[in-house]
Amino acid sequence: MPATHSGTVRPAAISAEGWGWRHAGRSTPAIQGLDLRIEPGERVLLLGPSGAGKSTLLHALAGVLGDEEDDSDETGSLLIDGVPPRGQRGRAGLMQQDPETQVVLSRVGDDVAFGAENLAVPRDEIWSRVHEALDDVGLRTAAGGGLALDHPTAALSGGQKQRLALAGILAMRPGLILLDEPTANLDPAGVLEVRDAVGRCLDKTGATLVVVEHRVSVWKDLVDRIVVLQPGAAGGGVLLDGPPDQVLTEARSMLMAAGVWVPGYVPPTRARTQVAGPYELLIATQDLAVSREKPKRKGFKTIPPVPAQKDITAQVRAGQALTITGPNGAGKSTFALTLAGLLAPVAGTVSAGVGLSEGAGIDPYKWKADQLISRIGTVFQEPEHQFVTGKVLDELMFGPKHLGHGEDRVDELVERLRLGHLVDANPYTLSGGEKRRLSVATVLGAHPKVLVLDEPTFGQDANTWAELASFLSELLDAGTAVVSVTHDQEFSAVLGGAELRLGPVSQGETAHQEAGAA
Amino acid sequence: MRDALNLRGNHALLTRANPLAKFVAVFLISLVLALSIDWVSASTALIAELALFPLAGLTLRLLWLRAWPLIIAAVIGGWSTAIVAADSGAVLLDVGLWSISEGSLQLGLGFMLRGLAIALPAILLMSCTDPTDLADALAQKAKLPHRFVLGSLAAMRLVGLMAEEWQTIGMARRARGVGSQGSPIQRLKATLGQSFGLLVQAVRRASRLAVTMEARGFGGGQRTWARESTYSLLDAWVLLGGVVIATGAVLTAVGSGTWSFVWR
Repeated sequence: MPATHSGTVRPAAISAEGWGWRHAGRSTPAIQGLDLRIEPGERVLLLGPSGAGKSTLLHALAGVLGDEEDDSDETGSLLIDGVPPRGQRGRAGLMQQDPETQVVLSRVGDDVAFGAENLAVPRDEIWSRVHEALDDVGLRTAAGGGLALDHPTAALSGGQKQRLALAGILAMRPGLILLDEPTANLDPAGVLEVRDAVGRCLDKTGATLVVVEHRVSVWKDLVDRIVVLQPGAAGGGVLLDGPPDQVLTEARSMLMAAGVWVPGYVPPTRARTQVAGPYELLIATQDLAVSREKPKRKGFKTIPPVPAQKDITAQVRAGQALTITGPNGAGKSTFALTLAGLLAPVAGTVSAGVGLSEGAGIDPYKWKADQLISRIGTVFQEPEHQFVTGKVLDELMFGPKHLGHGEDRVDELVERLRLGHLVDANPYTLSGGEKRRLSVATVLGAHPKVLVLDEPTFGQDANTWAELASFLSELLDAGTAVVSVTHDQEFSAVLGGAELRLGPVSQGETAHQEAGAA
Repeated sequence: MRDALNLRGNHALLTRANPLAKFVAVFLISLVLALSIDWVSASTALIAELALFPLAGLTLRLLWLRAWPLIIAAVIGGWSTAIVAADSGAVLLDVGLWSISEGSLQLGLGFMLRGLAIALPAILLMSCTDPTDLADALAQKAKLPHRFVLGSLAAMRLVGLMAEEWQTIGMARRARGVGSQGSPIQRLKATLGQSFGLLVQAVRRASRLAVTMEARGFGGGQRTWARESTYSLLDAWVLLGGVVIATGAVLTAVGSGTWSFVWR
């Protein structure tokens, strides 16, 4: 029986010698000339600008990178315990960014068991491992949800899904745990949940850790070494390597320039200038109840859906920011989408002021698509959802072309959001930060008076973050109203304005809007 | 839809039977019903199936919620058969081109009952069978390749996600000015664009899920099963029930002289 079946974990050693990888269909390698040794039980945070091949390295270590048949190309050697990763099923466990795709099966217990089953662990031992792993990641404490083995995985929050994935990895008893931006899609509470669960499990098993993440402060105290990779264009390989404090001191300015979130540093942004009122009322909601579900028809009766949030009374004013905050599941995004005329209200009203509607009627949900985009622009959390063409320039011209005006503004947006070198590229091939900038630019091309953004800073590096915040502050000063759903307090601080805090709907709390410093 | 298919809280007797036994019983009934077009065998099977409802934790209300499109389709199918089938026997209703005779009414009724009798066992099976348990039974008992069975199971989970994704993409595109209004051609274009967006997301999600599964050791030769798929005495009863309903339907039809093979 292989060693992975024993109860204890044997921490893995990693060695790379002149290692490089070129993906099939690409002309340049994703990573090259890597020389790196990681000792058993070490905990390493991997940093570097996008395009340095961090994810490629993690995938290779997990043994899921390409295979012999395609025309991808490997140079040098990359070994776990002196053996190529591909042949060592279960020696390494990988967690990726998107929580939805980290869940395989529909019941909690079965999902955790999946990896152990694939490693042909005997049945009785699988279940003892499942129980242990769920305890270790804290999903069975009352605070962690107290989940039963047959709890449906679809009903979990993002943070719970990532911890479930960690439990599934632990049940394989891997000597190496690989985390590829595990918390980029999570709210602050979810980030800490996952980080702490990882810390506890490492303390217990002593496994080796390699984590890739922009937000250094989250992982700094948990790792004992930071490795900074250099992009292939600059020669590849390791740029810096050492204890966290040392690397962060030595490379502080370089890391900041690369957009890494260095602890204790908020990138400088443009300050808002005080604009004197009156701030024109653009949208008002009155006792609004919201839901993504449509009303159900039963016989001749129409049954309204259970609202995700209700009794919301709020105002959106020109030149003022409105930040929507609150815990997971409080209906923040649903409210924003209803406010933006994309969802029908369940109860109550959304009304556009005369300055916004300009003859299009009072209810934004009833507006035609081209009436909507020139009045309210909505930027979705996932930029790819909004791409409608195959080229960046077409993407930018799409709104103005439909409206028949505003094409002159596109040049300005391209320059302001640094998209000039990308105009001929396919939107789907851009980096995360570039996609975010493009999605904001495309919506602004139609010149809306109200801009609604859903978690615009999730997973963004510090450079994109600062650019976005500065740009929005400029828009606000120019009289646009900016509504954002966000957990990011530094971001709302830059925008100023009012905060609408939505409470958990079960408590029947009424949402109220607090005016902050404008 | 997801809630409607949720089995949590269903503790009916048939949920404990092995999915493969249920599957075989359902297959037997459908097979026999597909052989004849008379109404006696269909209604015998239908009555027996309705009697089994409580054992599967199904009520008429739940049946309607889950299967109303099938039920309506069966009724419409029966009605149109009654109208267009060649007349035989006394004519009951004659409105121009449409006429209903005793013979065509019988044929239409048989058609409708048969549709229901074939659809119902499948709904019964779905109502009391968890997809995961079905996959376990198919892989462990029917010895289908586990890569195929588990791959399909994981993909099915993504289908639910895609339904939510479709709604989100629809809103995201409206926010870009692509609306579901205008001429039919414009609408078709908008729907095609939305489908393409969904396809891109589906492929992305599927490839990430495949990486997750592979990183958890999926795809190797040897594999154990955390949940053992077992047969019990109940499964013998389930099989017996299937056989009884199938043969009962045939015998009553033959006995009453209505049995007629579809190909005759």
